[in-house]
Amino acid sequence: MKPASFDYHRPQTIEAALDLLARYGEAAKPIAGGQSLGPMLNMRLARPEHLVDLNDLVELDYVRETDTELEIGALTRHHRVANAVEVGRSHPLLASAASTIGHYPIRQRGTLGGSLVHADPAAQLPLIAVLGNAKIIVRGQSGTREIEAGDFFKSVMTVDLRYGEMVIAVRFPKLLPGTGWAFDMFSRRRGDFAIVAVAATLRLGDEGHQPVIEMALGGVDAVPLRLDLGDWFENRDITAAGWTREAAAHVAATISPEDNKMVPADFRREIADMLCENVLTAAIARARGETP
Amino acid sequence: MSEARLISLTVNGETRETLVEPRRLLSDVLREDFALTGTHVGCEHGVCGACTVLIDEKPARACLTYAIQMEGHEITTIEAVSDAGLSPLQRALHEEHGLQCGFCTPGIVMTFEAFLRDTPDPGEEEVRDVLSGNLCRCTGYQNIVSAVMKAAAEMREAAGD
Repeated sequence: MKPASFDYHRPQTIEAALDLLARYGEAAKPIAGGQSLGPMLNMRLARPEHLVDLNDLVELDYVRETDTELEIGALTRHHRVANAVEVGRSHPLLASAASTIGHYPIRQRGTLGGSLVHADPAAQLPLIAVLGNAKIIVRGQSGTREIEAGDFFKSVMTVDLRYGEMVIAVRFPKLLPGTGWAFDMFSRRRGDFAIVAVAATLRLGDEGHQPVIEMALGGVDAVPLRLDLGDWFENRDITAAGWTREAAAHVAATISPEDNKMVPADFRREIADMLCENVLTAAIARARGETP
Repeated sequence: MSEARLISLTVNGETRETLVEPRRLLSDVLREDFALTGTHVGCEHGVCGACTVLIDEKPARACLTYAIQMEGHEITTIEAVSDAGLSPLQRALHEEHGLQCGFCTPGIVMTFEAFLRDTPDPGEEEVRDVLSGNLCRCTGYQNIVSAVMKAAAEMREAAGD
């Protein structure tokens, strides 16, 4: 549990960090909170020659609101994402999901940018980013790119990030007024990786209008899976008794999770079924202004 | 590459120097270089919580921190907690039988010293959630929860005086 040797760099500006990342390319690894990379280094699953410590780039630790968006700097710790007034007000789903990451001391160190770049298929923040069409702001020496979360996650722990680039911020569209939301996850131990995580946002729609339901699942595919259930939802009364049960069963039948000895696909599907029902029920309650 | 460097760390208010390779864990430097063996080492990948210390007053895993990263930050270890006798939290752990072998205790104390400063009046559910980050194989956790609740009440009372 001791890491292999690495050289250590501690840039004081974003430009200096980008310079180091460009210079060392695939031999370099940026470290922020280190709550995912630390274990990988200690177990020697990662052996970078150069560790570029981003913790002095405090200008990337911020939460900012515009009329329509919530912009959060990449170095913002999970504890702040979970507790910032601005997040609670304009994206309570993000706050709720962030409050379930790891444990209390882990959330004091782990960062938004780190979690997205690490891209664990069952992690909370990638799921919320994909569900809400967040934009990931990436900077390299050749300029800034803005990537839709749905395109950012490529595969298990693989994202659209080139050597020499780093995530600097994320822009989450705010939840519209009247939006019901919910997040739920199942893990074998508190603070452990989720086996399945589910998030949803939902608006009931006025008289004669279809409700709008967005739903995404983590842990059932290589990347967070955003479901397009528009056709299925059409002409169904989502407030009718038994609807959430029916919808959850439909979702569980739609997904095709990986089958392995540790977690059989059927088990994962059952968990997804249960979580979907919980999440839809809670989101409908919130959309009605009730406390789930 | 990765030659040892002389670094200067602030630990429990004291500035100390040591020669480290960049890969040295903060937990190892505290124990081996500074003889602060109250910080225990369990899993060395962030799960067990035994090595929890405070970095700039916030709890963090010393095993997921490289000592070289800590220049310019303030480290607080269990040795600083009982400077003037047991802290209210330590006393409550003693009175409620919140430990048996004591291996996990320093990590628990550091976590909750910080948590109770931020959250003086926690609910039991909240305490259990925070405690999930510290593995204890002796107590079954019940007495630790009681101790934290008791310490919180005592600290609130003391602050109100």
